[in-house]
Amino acid sequence: MSRQPNLRADQRMDQIMGILLRTGVMLAAALVFVGGVLFVVRHPLPVTNYRVFQGEPEELRTVPGIIRNAFSWHGRGLIQLGLLVLIATPVARVIFSVFAFLYEKDWTYVTVTLLVLGLLLYSLLGAHI
Amino acid sequence: MHTLEFTLLVALGSLLAGFLGSLTGLGGGVVIVPLLTLVFGVDIRYAIGAALVSVIATSSGAAAAYVREGFSNVRVGMFLEIATTIGALAGAAVALYLRANAIAVIFGLVLIYSAVLSFRQHSSSVGALPADRIASWLRMDSWYPAANGPEKYHVRGVPLGFALMFVAGVLSGLLGIGSGAVKVLAMDKAMKLPFKVSTTTSNFMIGVTAAASAGIYLSRGYIDPGLAMPVMLGVLAGSLVGARLLAGAAVKSLRIVFSVVIAALAVEMIYSGLTGKI
Repeated sequence: MSRQPNLRADQRMDQIMGILLRTGVMLAAALVFVGGVLFVVRHPLPVTNYRVFQGEPEELRTVPGIIRNAFSWHGRGLIQLGLLVLIATPVARVIFSVFAFLYEKDWTYVTVTLLVLGLLLYSLLGAHI
Repeated sequence: MHTLEFTLLVALGSLLAGFLGSLTGLGGGVVIVPLLTLVFGVDIRYAIGAALVSVIATSSGAAAAYVREGFSNVRVGMFLEIATTIGALAGAAVALYLRANAIAVIFGLVLIYSAVLSFRQHSSSVGALPADRIASWLRMDSWYPAANGPEKYHVRGVPLGFALMFVAGVLSGLLGIGSGAVKVLAMDKAMKLPFKVSTTTSNFMIGVTAAASAGIYLSRGYIDPGLAMPVMLGVLAGSLVGARLLAGAAVKSLRIVFSVVIAALAVEMIYSGLTGKI
């Protein structure tokens, strides 16, 4: 029996994950909305020509840059901060799974989950190849 | 076009895409890229960045509702996420070097495939299968809520499922879609999971996969706030409304209409890509 996954623990894990995800999405949506209102009000004329790809400036594409920009109440910075929260939501779910598997003493899946977490963090923080 | 006008139009289109996507189960992400590139003339790289963000929002937003419905298999999902995240990183890296029109053509072909796939019936042969060595070692076998209480199922075909998941990850990173169709195919057909378990686990995985490629897109400057804002809010609102109306009877015919729309968009994407208009 000890080799079987614990059904009740798995269900409980699902529930907590559901709450975690919903909170992350709602916080992200609120930040994006507030930033969006500020952006639209302050920039009645288009800032970006979307037909031609230019790429975002430094302050809108790195984690420290976005945080600095958002805290000076720039609309676009706030939107990017909301999007960062959104991207961080599934990452938080994976971090939560690490602890849940640790609690179940399931070492195989602690390893699997840490590997996924490493890949995610690499994409967000280290992918400047 | 003024910022407000542009924002409202994109938000309205995204709302409709999210609504139809969740009602039909095809996901709103697949129509966002054609909508932005073909209708609004947005560069495909900006479009993919915005679509990825909306995919994370709908996947995470729907997860809470899915939890009540059935059990997602956390072990299967987490193990396969190794394949999808590596695939997503590879796909996003490739996207940086591919020309826009090549991406458009690949996008069109994948769209046609998803439209066709949505008509296929899912297998529901469950329970009678013997245990599989790899799956047992990875403790993937679990229970799902059947009509008369929890029923046990065995997971099979782990290597094939893993390989298909890598493909799903590449497509997600390359095209900014959730690749839900390929994920369900891998779990339903290759790994013989019960259909409800496949869909909930797939939804659980989509957010993580999209986050992996979104990280790269964001740090490379492919996610524009002015564009991602109306897309994310629109798709999220639309999909939440769609999820509430899901029990309707008109879903089947809606699904056909939506598939036809997707196929038409696909042809247009391929044509624009080949003639160099994208």
